[in-house]
Amino acid sequence: MDGNFSRPLKTAAAVFAGAALTIVCATGNAQDKPIRIGVVTFLSGPAAGPFGVPAKMAAEAIVDSLNAGKAPAPYNTKGFGGTPLELTIVDEAGGATKQVTELRNLIERQNVDFVIGYISSGDCLAVAPVAEELKTLTILFDCGTPRVFEEASYKYVFRTRSHATMDAVAGAMYLLENRPAVKSFAGINQNYAWGQDSWADFTAVMATLKPDATITSSQMPKFGAGQYGPEISTLLQTNSDVIHSSLWGGDLEALMLQATPRGLFNRSQLVLVAGEPYLHRLAGNMPDGTIVGARGPNGVYAQKSALNDWLRQIYKERAEIYPNYPAYSVAMAFLGLKAAYEKARGAGGGAPATDEVIKSFEFLNFDSPAGKVMMKLGKGHQAVTGTAYGTTRTVNGQVTVGNVKYYPLEVVQPPEGVKSLDWIKSGMKPGKW
Amino acid sequence: MNQLVAVLLDGLIYSSWLFIIAVGLTLIYGVMKILNIAHGSLYALGAYSAASLAGYWINQGHAPMGSFAVMLVAAILVGLIAGPVIERGLLRFMYGKDEIVLVLVTYAVFLILEDFIKLTWGVDPYFLYQPYSLLGSFDVGDLTYPVYNLVLFGAAVLIGVVVAWVLTRTRQGKMLLAVIHDREMSAAMGINVGRVYFITFTVGAILGALGGALTAPMISVQPGIGAETIVLAFAVVVIGGLGSLPGAALAAILVGLVRSAAVHYRPELDLFSIYFVMAIVLIVRPKGLFSIQEARKI
Amino acid sequence: MKRDLTVRILIGALIVLLLAGPLLPRWAMFLINVSLCYGLVVLGMMLLMRTGLVSFGHGLYYCLGAYAAAAHEKLANLLGEIGDSSSSALIRGLLRLPKLLVDSLTTIFGPYDLVVMIGFSIVITGITAWILGFLLRKYRDIFFAMLSLAFSMILYGLLVKTSALGSSDGFNVAAKTLFGIRIAGTEFERYVIFAITVVTAFVAAICIHRYRGSHRGRLAEAIRDNELRVEYMGASVRNTIHINYVMSAVLAGLGGALAAVSVGHIDPEMSYWTTSGEFVFVAILAGTGNVLAPFLGAFIFETIRSFAYEYSPNTWQMALGITMLIVIMFLPGGLWSLFTRMRKAA
Repeated sequence: MDGNFSRPLKTAAAVFAGAALTIVCATGNAQDKPIRIGVVTFLSGPAAGPFGVPAKMAAEAIVDSLNAGKAPAPYNTKGFGGTPLELTIVDEAGGATKQVTELRNLIERQNVDFVIGYISSGDCLAVAPVAEELKTLTILFDCGTPRVFEEASYKYVFRTRSHATMDAVAGAMYLLENRPAVKSFAGINQNYAWGQDSWADFTAVMATLKPDATITSSQMPKFGAGQYGPEISTLLQTNSDVIHSSLWGGDLEALMLQATPRGLFNRSQLVLVAGEPYLHRLAGNMPDGTIVGARGPNGVYAQKSALNDWLRQIYKERAEIYPNYPAYSVAMAFLGLKAAYEKARGAGGGAPATDEVIKSFEFLNFDSPAGKVMMKLGKGHQAVTGTAYGTTRTVNGQVTVGNVKYYPLEVVQPPEGVKSLDWIKSGMKPGKW
Repeated sequence: MNQLVAVLLDGLIYSSWLFIIAVGLTLIYGVMKILNIAHGSLYALGAYSAASLAGYWINQGHAPMGSFAVMLVAAILVGLIAGPVIERGLLRFMYGKDEIVLVLVTYAVFLILEDFIKLTWGVDPYFLYQPYSLLGSFDVGDLTYPVYNLVLFGAAVLIGVVVAWVLTRTRQGKMLLAVIHDREMSAAMGINVGRVYFITFTVGAILGALGGALTAPMISVQPGIGAETIVLAFAVVVIGGLGSLPGAALAAILVGLVRSAAVHYRPELDLFSIYFVMAIVLIVRPKGLFSIQEARKI
Repeated sequence: MKRDLTVRILIGALIVLLLAGPLLPRWAMFLINVSLCYGLVVLGMMLLMRTGLVSFGHGLYYCLGAYAAAAHEKLANLLGEIGDSSSSALIRGLLRLPKLLVDSLTTIFGPYDLVVMIGFSIVITGITAWILGFLLRKYRDIFFAMLSLAFSMILYGLLVKTSALGSSDGFNVAAKTLFGIRIAGTEFERYVIFAITVVTAFVAAICIHRYRGSHRGRLAEAIRDNELRVEYMGASVRNTIHINYVMSAVLAGLGGALAAVSVGHIDPEMSYWTTSGEFVFVAILAGTGNVLAPFLGAFIFETIRSFAYEYSPNTWQMALGITMLIVIMFLPGGLWSLFTRMRKAA
């Protein structure tokens, strides 16, 4: 059997090796040839408005600024180590199967050098083995599922944002610090992986931190359902102290719009795990005192620094509003890659090979507009950061956050080798970092 | 007891919405035998136009109450433009083709309109929140409901009554029923079938857009709402018996109540409640609740 | 005068694809691979369409085939457990059978053997279709389409609810061995899967081509034209439809299983109505004239979509819609009618 395959395969291998060599040589020789980066993000569908398009605008703004060498230190060299960057943007819509096909096209037909992309967790899981097969450094910039590096390990795949476990952990901690007497809670989450995982994590954390609090109801409306009449009635009748929700985008707006006049949030404290991207749109529809997360110290929770000022400025020039968390995620991916690339390049060296970039990317610590990022999990491929939560207050018709509390990574993240749910159930002991 | 009342009330409100989105679809199918997937796009077009025009109206500082009129006008305009364009420009060349091919023609129109909507309105949701709470709210037991839900219910009843009245009491309507019953014979009797088709499709388009416009204040109008809605409308129309107005009404009530009961008592079943209803109804009554017996051709 | 060249063309295509595979750029090989998987499903749709039935829920079998292949161990265990809870010894025995089979094959070939995965998905889709067939064979036209859609959406709902199978995110799939020979992670992994897909598509096409020419195969078009007359002639319409339905479901399941290992990932989206809509779309685009049409149609569809994605990322849906309208308007018999026209002209 083996012999049957070997001859054509050897030919093929020779052809590919030749082609690969040509490409490597080409990039090695021509110093001015730009580094091509493929960016995959939602340009259509419900996720485009809150996540995809902000990420795209941030990517464009960042590349323009990096190419002009205008970013603050240590990112003030032009492009990556003097070589300019060139973007190719692809729509993430269409499901995981299409994304696998598109990633192959992006790498092999459009010859991108690096890929930064993927907001949907399903897409991240699907493309990771493909990136590995095609030996192209791929950064997952915004998806949250811990499964990526808990179920497998990769050489060519990195994720420069924390996985989603800390959203639930810190959310529950913040809630209990501010309302220690919580007796009951309910949830309304979309019926797909993100909603189900958020709810499962949150209930697990509550069971650990506040075992006597009861779950009154778990509503799982269809993604994009838009109409929550019966769900809101049910939640109203439970009279729960707290309502947990991971809704986002248009669905979140619809829920707020329909629930506020019915007084749901007069009865219950609302916790929005991913409420940050649309805060500016929800003025007048967001009750004061809502607990809101940004899936990391991003957006409104990003602390003042030169890098943060830089991102806010270049983003505002392009989008006319301040950046939300997906914009910060994309910034982390670009800056992390830049740091790794320049570290691999060394002083005055030529363009580094992918393997060298990978070697310097693993276990790298770098600064981002949202603070320090450390590649500590998944054998140095998965980033960890702390996170933050706050409470909303409407000031002059604008939703602002106050009472902000920052959580260091030790208390909200499981250490290497421990699966998220196991860590939560075993009492969330801070690991060694 | 209180919960039962809530189940019924929530169910009826949802039923009203289902009926509004399904009525245009069943009308077009009844007359033209076209299962119009583009109905979903007309719904989306209606919602986008209503949200953007009414939003403009409110931002200009006009009386907020007027936004309801603006939304209505927006829906009718969308129907009056899109309906004739699709029917005259495309569908009339397709009459006589297989039903399935016609479904695909409307699917193609749906795809084209999806991108048209994206190019026109962008991908950021349109969030028109003012009209929803404008009419105040009322209490039932310990639950509060916005009055707008009653408007939805009233609109559903009104649309149903008007369409039924036109069909059974007016000359135009009777001609329409004749076409539904036997197209060839109606044409032979001197009814201008082409004109009937044109009017029906335009009215159906207006009803679709109206569904979108009435929904716009309750939701955030975002990309993809057309696709979400059209499957629901399909299910309602098929459960009711294709082309049957009372069938659509009954099916809307059935589906609305089942979904509401599922959410209240077994929330984990909500996702497929409607498809269960559809499968069970079709198994028991293979052509839906109200269906016209057809003679088999030999 | 009109000689049927189908078999020769198929054999030619088989040889060319197998030889050219390694020489193609990998994205092109993958494109052909995915098109062939799609083509298998559409081949099944074509079989049904010849009897006048169009399913808006063929994603059911596409998805089921993929999940059966990827989670065959879990599924076999689950069936065994359901069987154990039954009081009837017959049912217990029957439901234990898949587990027995999977276990014994696993001990021979090792876990996740490509052949075991594909075989299991054929069995599961075949049995499911056989059972549902008793119900669906009574339905016609739009009602057949909508009842199929309802079933596929119920599967979608079930899978989204099942967090053990990754919910809406799905999970990654890799065939570890082929007849016990390790392929996962080797440099020829993609080519082996490609070759298996090509061979499967070839065998399926030859079988269906033969079937179309057989007595029962020819009944299909008679049923489409007039069922009652077929019954008067003494042939069973229901049985013919039932057989065609099961065959079409197995082809869809096969397409799903091969797509799962080719793409390396599966999710419930495969059972969503838009996936089924795409199959109908491709079937109409291709036409029902010949067994080659579905594969050609699928390839053209995938190519248009792939390049539309690249060159007009914001309007690829519009491009697809316009293509569809043009085909329906000017080529009512599908793309295949282009070839028959050319041959008539020649």
